[in-house]
Amino acid sequence: MIKPIYALMAEFDNPTALVAAARAAREKGYRKLDAYSPFPIEELTDALHLHHNKLPLIVLLGGIAGGLAGYLLQYYVTVIYFPINVAGRPLHSWPSYIVITFEMTILFAAISAVLGLLALCGLPMPYHPAFNVPRFALASRNRFFLCIEARDPLFDRARTIEFLETLEPREVSEVAP
Amino acid sequence: MADEPNVHQPKTDIAPGYTFGTVTDQIASVVLTRRTPVFWYASFGVGLVLLLLFLLAVGLLFVKGVGIWGLRTPVMWGFAITNFVWWIGIGHAGTLISAILLLLNQRWRNSINRFAEAMTLFAVACAGMFPILHLGRPWLAYWLFPYPNTMGVQPNFRSPLVWDVFAVSTYATVSMLFWFVGLMPDLATLRDRTHNRFARFAYGILAMGWRGSARHWSVYETASLLLAGLATPLVLSVHTVVSFDFTIAIVPGWHTTFLPPYFVAGAIYSGFAMVLALAIPLRSVYGLQGLITDRHLDNSAKVMLATGLIVAYAYMLETFSAWYGGNTYEQALVWHRMTGPYRISYWSLILCNILAPQALWFKKVRSQPALLFVSAIVVLIGMWLERYVIIVSSLAQDFLPSSWSVFQATRWDWLTYIGTIGLFLFLFFLFIRLLPMISIFEVRTLLPAAKVEEEAQS
Repeated sequence: MIKPIYALMAEFDNPTALVAAARAAREKGYRKLDAYSPFPIEELTDALHLHHNKLPLIVLLGGIAGGLAGYLLQYYVTVIYFPINVAGRPLHSWPSYIVITFEMTILFAAISAVLGLLALCGLPMPYHPAFNVPRFALASRNRFFLCIEARDPLFDRARTIEFLETLEPREVSEVAP
Repeated sequence: MADEPNVHQPKTDIAPGYTFGTVTDQIASVVLTRRTPVFWYASFGVGLVLLLLFLLAVGLLFVKGVGIWGLRTPVMWGFAITNFVWWIGIGHAGTLISAILLLLNQRWRNSINRFAEAMTLFAVACAGMFPILHLGRPWLAYWLFPYPNTMGVQPNFRSPLVWDVFAVSTYATVSMLFWFVGLMPDLATLRDRTHNRFARFAYGILAMGWRGSARHWSVYETASLLLAGLATPLVLSVHTVVSFDFTIAIVPGWHTTFLPPYFVAGAIYSGFAMVLALAIPLRSVYGLQGLITDRHLDNSAKVMLATGLIVAYAYMLETFSAWYGGNTYEQALVWHRMTGPYRISYWSLILCNILAPQALWFKKVRSQPALLFVSAIVVLIGMWLERYVIIVSSLAQDFLPSSWSVFQATRWDWLTYIGTIGLFLFLFFLFIRLLPMISIFEVRTLLPAAKVEEEAQS
């Protein structure tokens, strides 16, 4: 009779209620939390303590790699692979390398920003249990969801439902795995 | 965002009365449920016909070569390069709106950035074709990139033309990535709203499983800020590098240091003109006046006026520095532009770019969409003429009077140019039909209800 579930999900009407609920759940001691909203909410990021991510570092490394690749490519071609002596001018003509070095920096940094975003979010993800809740389709329209996952140490089906009901949601649903 | 100082003076970015649901439904309905208006079919049809003419012109070009254009010594850069600079300049407004205004926290941009970015993408696609078609043997365009080859040669990295290859291809790639990242949450909305199985599958694949998780949003916000920060110097560099194609050469009229900032200002000028030319018909056909409000048009017109004044200053500076610099060739060039065979183009560009836009000083003009539309078209024509005059008149009368000649555009020149307008319309209206033209999730953040009320705290 008792099937395992992925999580319990509470539905809210507005961002204020969701942020308050997320704070309450953190205070209660729940840690395996996620919240879903149709637009980014700064306060929610604070409430769930999500501020640190590695994306800036990834972009920095991508940019440095791109800049180095651009510069070394030009150095290799103009000095080693295909040197052209124009009236004795230096082969290592760095001022003329600036533009391509710059463009390659931006290109690699931007590509690593997008790939880093996808990697850190674990996308593309064709299946996620949250979509098993029919009303979850509204998460991309006008509803706000708080999700407490079953793998949370404090999770207990009955008690967590009881807790979520105290937050005055529109509805609490069980999420099939 | 929560502690904005001006919360007490409610200056709304969109019309009052919207909710999360109605915003979503209104924008998504254009793609999902509403009948496609006749306007769409007409514009798409015009685009398609012109695109077919473009294919004809390009087909003939492939068979016969660039001789079908009016390129004759000494004018070897004619319409193709003019169109290239014009199109790529138009693209700049999209990046300015999506990146620079994001960094400056100008939240009114949220309802015009999506289609402005699409405009960028398609304008760059049109622009990128011209240098390639101009190559003579366009099928060897990949020689522009460095790659290991059996010929044992590599591009000359000291040439601004090679810089341009890198700048434009980087710009196209980064614009595409930025646009796609912005689309992801809206694709998820379309996936969840559509009832069509195929559409759900297609939007679902493109949305990559986006579900609006707070964890994702926090990375997402970082990513869009970083991309905006990268796109800002990029957009300024692209037209600078385009101007290097001219300034590094010693041709009179090209070899000046003020060309890069002048080109960037001109690019934004023509780009905002294109934004207005697209936004005004779109918002009235699709009834989006509540989202693309008069304030958006007003702000865009102000940007147009400001950049137009920079361009006007550049024209004055050009004339002044030719006179003050004392270089005979520069002086002769300016004189030839004003009185020679290109005088009609020159004075019409002064009329279109400097005199006509002064009307935008008046609030009455800025609040009349029809007048704004006309002035945007005038600026677009003026900016095309500007590039034409810079490129062609400088080449036509160079150092040796014995080699002077006048450029005569052929019908294939015109057809190729108008054909790319067709390609642009074709792609743009395809975009309008298939993707949300206004960023839904960013407009949601503009609603008063999106603000989290803090009473329990403190």
